[in-house]
Amino acid sequence: MTTQPLLDASGVAKNYGAVAALRDASLRVRPGEVHALMGANGAGKSTLVKILTGAIRPSAGRILIRGEARPLGSPAAARRAGLVPVYQEPSLIPDLDIADNLRLTGTPVAPFRDWVRALGVPDLDLRDLARDLPLAVLRVLDLARALSLEPDVMLLDEMTAALPANLAERVIEVVRGEVKTGRSVIFISHRFVEIAALCDRATVLRDGETVGVVDIVPGIEERIVEMMLGARVEKTRVAAAARDAQASSGPPRLSVRGLAAGSKLEDVSFELANGEVAGVVALEGQGQDELFAALAGSIRPSRGTIAVDGEPVVFGHPADAIAQGIAYVPGDRTEALLMQRSVRENIALPFSARLRSWGPLAVGRERGLVSAAIERLQIDTRAQREVQRLSGGNQQKVTIARWIAADARTILCFDPTRGIDVRTKREIYRLLRELAAQGKSVLYYTSELEEVQRVCDRAIVVFGGRVVDVLPVEIADEAALTRAAYGLPREAASLPASPSGATP
Amino acid sequence: MTDTATLDRPAPLGRRIRRFMSDQPLVPLIVLLVILVGVLEFLRPGIVNERWIANTVKFAIPLAMLAACQTMTMLTGGIDLSVSTVATMAAFFMAAQSVALDPVSAGAIALLPALLIGIANGIGVGVFRVHPLIMTLGTSLVGIGCLQVYQRTVIASGARVPDGLTWLGTGLTGGVPNALLLFIPVAAFVILMLRFTGFGRLLYAVGDNERAARLSGVQYWRVILALYVLSALIAGITGLLYLGLIRTPSLSLADPLMLPSVAAAVIGGTSIFGGRGGYAGTIVGALILTVLTTLLRLLQLPEGARLILFGAIVLLVTAAYLRLVDDR
Repeated sequence: MTTQPLLDASGVAKNYGAVAALRDASLRVRPGEVHALMGANGAGKSTLVKILTGAIRPSAGRILIRGEARPLGSPAAARRAGLVPVYQEPSLIPDLDIADNLRLTGTPVAPFRDWVRALGVPDLDLRDLARDLPLAVLRVLDLARALSLEPDVMLLDEMTAALPANLAERVIEVVRGEVKTGRSVIFISHRFVEIAALCDRATVLRDGETVGVVDIVPGIEERIVEMMLGARVEKTRVAAAARDAQASSGPPRLSVRGLAAGSKLEDVSFELANGEVAGVVALEGQGQDELFAALAGSIRPSRGTIAVDGEPVVFGHPADAIAQGIAYVPGDRTEALLMQRSVRENIALPFSARLRSWGPLAVGRERGLVSAAIERLQIDTRAQREVQRLSGGNQQKVTIARWIAADARTILCFDPTRGIDVRTKREIYRLLRELAAQGKSVLYYTSELEEVQRVCDRAIVVFGGRVVDVLPVEIADEAALTRAAYGLPREAASLPASPSGATP
Repeated sequence: MTDTATLDRPAPLGRRIRRFMSDQPLVPLIVLLVILVGVLEFLRPGIVNERWIANTVKFAIPLAMLAACQTMTMLTGGIDLSVSTVATMAAFFMAAQSVALDPVSAGAIALLPALLIGIANGIGVGVFRVHPLIMTLGTSLVGIGCLQVYQRTVIASGARVPDGLTWLGTGLTGGVPNALLLFIPVAAFVILMLRFTGFGRLLYAVGDNERAARLSGVQYWRVILALYVLSALIAGITGLLYLGLIRTPSLSLADPLMLPSVAAAVIGGTSIFGGRGGYAGTIVGALILTVLTTLLRLLQLPEGARLILFGAIVLLVTAAYLRLVDDR
């Protein structure tokens, strides 16, 4: 430990009101290394990255660059201090050509060209508009632009996610070459394969704290997963299991074959039976958003088929999916609610959607169905005149109650318990199990892995736009799901059985 | 100790008043209307009599009807700037066709351009997603252009206002304006439609959160097409009524009602951003604007000063009203 770290951050914390996004994070990056930054969803990775690149200010902590405290008050200041990020989304302005984009950011053109060539794009025309270039090339250009600024520390956020294999290899080569000159790279990725190929060490975050720093050696994956999970591997009660797999006869309620959509969903196939709650587990941005949007009729898949009750269907509008009894509850409540309207109007909204129900409202019938749904979900209706006056949990209940009242046969729930209180969460789990017992089916994406065993009958794990594993609920604990979500094979997981939850 | 004492009280008076206003948004508007009438009576004692009221109502009705178009479109986050053109076209066609045709056929022909403009607006906004402001402004200009061409072709044949329309527009029966025969059913239709039909619900839903409406299966373009056609038809019928009131067709007949129709809806508490409001408030808003116009005319100010005052008062009233009613 004689070399002074290039970047030395310690005790970094960030509070949003009473919520701590980051409690005590530290990150030491030596000159000449590629350093992986890892952590489960919500561990604080992106908050730390934003702090290091000057996008937000930390509430506490000390950040030294080459042993000096440098101001990181803005992205420009961070760049002057030698920290340059390459974000997940392309950062070139689509309506300008490449030359203008470079001019705008003060990027030297000659080194940029050299880097682009070195990264495996030989024939770039600087007069091309950014919008006309494919995503993979844009990512390469972002990287080349960062490289030509000669940063001390480069942050690569999911750099290789959108790249085809040959480009990804070139990127890894270039990054390896770059650190030989004494610079360093912070590499954020969900792919262990790449981390093993590229990185020297890894810092692992959990619940806003740095829980360990490890050298990347063969077989370290298990240790990293263990650290990301920490002592939370306690067993949750398996809620489901009661369901008899043989009970449902006839064609599956929903059958998805080779579905692809957008740039992230590659090839997903699965079946959803009547009376089943199937969990979908994936890290951020693995195509789950596109999967749900396609099943809900919000976007058109580019490939693959969807069949409902054995009949192939094509959804051009959410109305088509609803006509088949498929309802979508988005994760973001503001996407689903009429905030200025009453609870009743919100719940009754699907009733009026079809042309033939544009006439006078069936007030009595509507009141009956709405109050039954309110009762069933125990929605607190004291502030029912405007949904925006309700608490978050009650708002979420309204988005579900709508489809209970409309008697949808299949509900697609996208992270419905995010940011709501424990009691409401429990009520939602119970409700979904009740629905399944009545023969309805639920597709349930969750970012809180422990929910899978509370609610689901099995877990479909999606990684890189594909189904990588389907776990029966009995073994779908947090550890197994995390391994699967990172694309690790199931067998390796069961070998080193060390549930001791060792602390680093 | 004093702190705990205040905590025991249900809520501060100001807060309670706001709650009440928020639940009964019509009350402050009616109070304002009464105050304006009071000021008028104070300035010119004896002016407020049966004849004055009938006259005010008569002039408020066309404004309120065009404001119905604004209310409905504003609920979806839109606006209909073509209403004055549509009304003028209907009136002009009516007057020109009545020379040769019976009133019913002439009326049917007169409403044809309204229908066409409504369909064009609906398709432009609903299908091609042109901003309503631009779309309706565009169709309005096209409409005026067509009307100028049409005027040249019929300039020789002259114009005639059917007696029925004059009776409806200007006539009184027992001191009550005949125009109410048209207005009461229209107003009842709009209010009931907004409150008690699926279509009305969808207008609020689309304006509040189009994405949420879509996820609930609402097909935006259908709602918008139906809305702009309905808006244009009401504007066309208003044009016929207004012809009966003014009795001289011109190329700018209904123009003076255009911006006040937007103002009436806004004063009446309909949010220009969509999702909030209703027609009852708009009707009171139209009455307020009509009384305000009388009041300013009475002060015998020069035209410029009158306009300045009118604009300033509209702004003040709207701002104050939103503060009063918005309980958040």
